[in-house]
Amino acid sequence: MSDTEIADIETVPVKRPTRWHIAVFLAPAFLVYTAVMILPLIETLRLSLFNIVEGQLAFVGLSNFKVLFGDPRLSADFWNALRNNVIFFIIHMLVQNPVGIAIAAMLSLPGLRFAAFYRSAIFVPTLLSFVIVGFIWKLILSPIWGIAPSLMDLVGLKWAFAPWLGKAETALIAVSLISVWQYVGIPMMLIYAALLNIPDEVLEAAECDGITGWSQFWKIKLPLILPSIGIVSVLTFVGNFNAFDLVYTVQGALAGPNGSTDILGTLLYRTFFGFQNQMGDRSMGATIAAVMFLIILAGVALYLFVIQRRMRRYQF
Amino acid sequence: MTRILKSILFATTVLAPAGLAATGASAQTANLTIESWRNDDLPIWQKKIIPAFEAKNPGIKVTFAPMAPTEYNSAVNAKLDAGTAGDLITCRPFDLSLAMFQKGQLASLNDLPGISNFSDVGKSAWSTDDGKTTFCVPMASVIHGFIYNKKAFADVGVQIPKTEDEFFAVLEKFKKDGKYIPLAMGTKDQWEAATMGYYNIGPNYWKGEDGRKALIAGKEKLTDADWVEPYKALAKWKPYLGDGFEAQTYPDSQNLFTLGRAAIYPAGSWEIAPFKAQADFEMGAFPPPVKKAGDTCYISDHNDIGIGLNAKGKNLEAAKKFLSWVASPEFADLYANAAPGFFSLNSTPVKMQDALAQEFVSWRQNCKQTIRPSAAVVGRGQPNLDLEMWRVSANVINGTQTPEQAAAETQKGLDSWYKPAK
Repeated sequence: MSDTEIADIETVPVKRPTRWHIAVFLAPAFLVYTAVMILPLIETLRLSLFNIVEGQLAFVGLSNFKVLFGDPRLSADFWNALRNNVIFFIIHMLVQNPVGIAIAAMLSLPGLRFAAFYRSAIFVPTLLSFVIVGFIWKLILSPIWGIAPSLMDLVGLKWAFAPWLGKAETALIAVSLISVWQYVGIPMMLIYAALLNIPDEVLEAAECDGITGWSQFWKIKLPLILPSIGIVSVLTFVGNFNAFDLVYTVQGALAGPNGSTDILGTLLYRTFFGFQNQMGDRSMGATIAAVMFLIILAGVALYLFVIQRRMRRYQF
Repeated sequence: MTRILKSILFATTVLAPAGLAATGASAQTANLTIESWRNDDLPIWQKKIIPAFEAKNPGIKVTFAPMAPTEYNSAVNAKLDAGTAGDLITCRPFDLSLAMFQKGQLASLNDLPGISNFSDVGKSAWSTDDGKTTFCVPMASVIHGFIYNKKAFADVGVQIPKTEDEFFAVLEKFKKDGKYIPLAMGTKDQWEAATMGYYNIGPNYWKGEDGRKALIAGKEKLTDADWVEPYKALAKWKPYLGDGFEAQTYPDSQNLFTLGRAAIYPAGSWEIAPFKAQADFEMGAFPPPVKKAGDTCYISDHNDIGIGLNAKGKNLEAAKKFLSWVASPEFADLYANAAPGFFSLNSTPVKMQDALAQEFVSWRQNCKQTIRPSAAVVGRGQPNLDLEMWRVSANVINGTQTPEQAAAETQKGLDSWYKPAK
């Protein structure tokens, strides 16, 4: 009896029914993503290898990239945008993420009153449209109608007010900080979730060993939330190098004054779609988009293959 | 249940477009769409111009579809490329529309009835370089100058300045008085600095058409004294602008002036209608001051707006009917009075009701007219000279660039692609 059963299994492998439902359930997302994300991406990369030669779209190899990095004006614009974008990213890394972590650490303290209220209040700007955020900050900071000058006057700081958005030295920092204000809720939420995941036993054990307060944060909690901080950094990196909307609403497509807030997104917009009397150049725009894609790809790859592998993970 | 759902899906996806197509075909009216960047003129078109046309031409329905000025050209070009643009295309002057015509997107209008109502100068902005083919019906030109608050001038006791020295003396007096911001202008949007600043006062320095043509011919350079001096004058405006002018936008400037907080507004005549609607004080206007008393004055009288025919439009006949109406004296009269500040280019003189508009147009008698220097021929390449001038004019006023640096930068950009015909 048992012999025959075994023989059966060996000769006739169990035939599972084809699991169609997997394909069916995956299809909608797969089709939509392919249609609206993957195909356009491939098409953009392809377009960056083409240009209009004598009125016809023709394959030109890498010559668009040669023009982008070789033409004195275009390359100056590009490096300017890249440098501004790096500063934009650094400000987010130095302000948004530490502040987000600090707020999350405070929110996760047991016994904090109104924690739920603070959590929602700080997260709300993230849900607002960038148009609203850009518009209200433009109004707040307006030297003519804004409340910033009068509020600063109330506390005797009128001298410190300047038309920040209109000065080449301060505009980029001001725009970056508006963006930080808007998105600080995201690192806060992710880190907060990670902090809540730390088991109480670990913390209690730390307390038994006399590690409390600040040193508990530095020595116990921070190492445990490092993977989350890594994810937050990658999200910030991708978000910042794709950024466009806030600069566009606050400073316009020219990203003034004198290109001081021009980041890759606004440069791409002006090049691809054109602006006022400057005609749009689809191929050159696609070239910039391809470079942006490569920059982001390189950054994410660096994180995935170099940083994430060295990160120590703890299992509870 | 599923059957009902299926039939609903079927009805909405398959039958609905068919139904739309059916209603579209059965209607006898021709629908014309006008692509435009004149957001501000929407009420004028909807309430005055279109009804006047439709009353005379039953069976043609016209829709005015404006969009943001800075996005107009890229958007309309994309639409023309894709074949989804409206039948009528509002034309920017000179190089931009010429490029559309050369691509075959705008049709030639040489045999349009009524096109002979315009002089060659009027048509120049929308004709090929040899002047043989016209591709847009000229609608209007705009004149630059300064609009001032008459009450403020009376308060402080100053007269209209005629020379540059007088101009700065007036500004100084307003600054000392402290009640009004002397000049309502900001540099945040950049284009104000060039359009209301450099292009406005410049013609007096580069001697209007003489300088502009010499620049195109390569006989003058943007680094010549005639082209640098207006930047020097602009740099002197800085102390007379409002607090925080670096972050002041175009609407901010308009509001500062119409609320009566500023004395002088460097203007284009297109401001007349909106200012009339907003301001509750008397306004006057003066042309850009000359260097010395008795100098010939030059004004920027820029062919600004025309309207052309989408060569691949669906209702060519109806659209042509509309265009020849636009070319008629009737339209000229209607438009010039509905949108005071847009001066008709029609050969038939138009009687304007608006005093401020009359003031602007009266300068044509004594002053020589010219157009914006970056508009024709030298505005064709990359980097775009117009945009470059926006940027450096703002920089000069902000004080982050000297007039000489600004001029050198624009000339360098121009040299990189423009080779004047020898």
